[in-house]
Amino acid sequence: MGFKEKVLSKSIYAFHLSSGSCNNCDIEFLDTLTPRYDLERFGIIMVGSVKHADVLICTGSTNRLCVPRIKKLYEMMPKPGFVVAWGACGSSRGVFKDSYNTGAPLDEIVPVDVYIPGCPPKPEAIIAGMKKLVDKITVKK
Amino acid sequence: MSHKAHIPIGPYHPLQEEPEFYKLVVEGEKVVDVDVRIGWNHRGIEKLSEAKTFDQSIFIVERICGICSSSHPITCVQALEDLGGIKVPDRALYIRSIVQELERLHSHMLWAGLAGHFLGYNTVFMWGWKYREPICDIMETVTGNRQNYAMLKVGGVRRDIEKEHVPYILTRLDEFTRHLDMLRGAVLDDPVLHARLKGVGVLTKERAIDYAALGPTARASGVDIDVRRDHPYAAYDRVKWKVITQPEGDVFAKMVVRIMEMYESVSIIRQCLDKMPAGPIDSNPKDIPPGEGIGQAEAPRGECFHYIKSDGSNSPVRHKVRAPTYMNFPTFRETVIGQTVSDATIILAAIDPCYCCTERMLIVDKDDKDLFDIQELIRLSQEKTLKLKEKMGFK
Repeated sequence: MGFKEKVLSKSIYAFHLSSGSCNNCDIEFLDTLTPRYDLERFGIIMVGSVKHADVLICTGSTNRLCVPRIKKLYEMMPKPGFVVAWGACGSSRGVFKDSYNTGAPLDEIVPVDVYIPGCPPKPEAIIAGMKKLVDKITVKK
Repeated sequence: MSHKAHIPIGPYHPLQEEPEFYKLVVEGEKVVDVDVRIGWNHRGIEKLSEAKTFDQSIFIVERICGICSSSHPITCVQALEDLGGIKVPDRALYIRSIVQELERLHSHMLWAGLAGHFLGYNTVFMWGWKYREPICDIMETVTGNRQNYAMLKVGGVRRDIEKEHVPYILTRLDEFTRHLDMLRGAVLDDPVLHARLKGVGVLTKERAIDYAALGPTARASGVDIDVRRDHPYAAYDRVKWKVITQPEGDVFAKMVVRIMEMYESVSIIRQCLDKMPAGPIDSNPKDIPPGEGIGQAEAPRGECFHYIKSDGSNSPVRHKVRAPTYMNFPTFRETVIGQTVSDATIILAAIDPCYCCTERMLIVDKDDKDLFDIQELIRLSQEKTLKLKEKMGFK
């Protein structure tokens, strides 16, 4: 684990990207930031620009319009950066797999570090997923 | 000659959960035009539904929008029941009403929170989302999931509300009402909010009718429409409730309508739980005959409409969906022109746009030179509240 990863794992700045989702994952993400679940107690906050972010949280079924933008946003994210595939659609395109407007699966567009399955994932699952991400970052060489 | 600047909002906006894009044309502080591009969230739901069986397409339409995840299925099953002339047991009708109203509660509460954030009242944002949790808990108890309830099926509902759950639901509703009273007092009696929202983004009754606005957007302009009363479905004709309307048509009226509707919803749920008859919850229809059917339901944002055509096979030949935001969105242009940039966000939020329902598309104009981002807009909006507070002697 390098110095950057060590610092990063203490306070993760997350950027939320919805690439053609049904809104549920996005609601549950905002929900985990509000008082009941409060991800901020683990140092995780949402930022408005991907240039400030350590983690790209990607929800939704990666719509054709969004595919080039996901790539671009991943390139704009300062490295080391991590990607979380959020929900059934982010992980595997879910029920929208057969749609004509769904592009490539997220893990073929950018490297994905953590998958949080569920439709939508429950806030507890989200917290567990973020914990796993921190574990993954801290054990990295 | 005056200088016109273009302000693009979106498509990736830090607070609004969905990708969306609209371009404001401004002259100084004043908005002179607005352009909306749709299709960002386009997932081809109608086509997908035509490739699925009738039972599966209910799950597909449930995922049109996360907030309306019982409005779309209820409309879809009503279209299928209309098509096949299928009878639904009484108990199932009451359960449908309960789920619909729970959804309305959580949607309106969520809206109140977001509106608070846009105005620089982050406390209201946190409150709104915190007080929504009892409703999510009830949903989890009754349906097994916080969102995407999967409660509806053709001819009935999938799960029953157990007798043991009723006291729990009532206690959590009491808790919710207590918080709602507090929120209503804090929001509706606040002089800063009065100064900030009254007379802002006015949609007159005539224009609301011209644009065929729906739901709370229309009701706040004095148009007395509500599918639940005009074309009763589920158990709405068996309980007592009233349609809330406000004559003003401004953002404040929309807020009042939504907050007062939450009280009506709580009352409907209580009456339904009280009157719910015993009996089966599902009439187990065997097949869908050839024909056409329509379904209507009052989603939290307005009327939701589905049309289904069947040729006697096991999947729809045509499935058309019209979501409420599709009708409400053009009123944004009507109301925002002539207002200041700092009011643009709250005027947009006032119609409670749901982009997932509407499915939108984007073309970015690369020639735009003067760019504001949404953070800047929210900051402008929050600063305006702060200035008002100072002027009115609040700290």
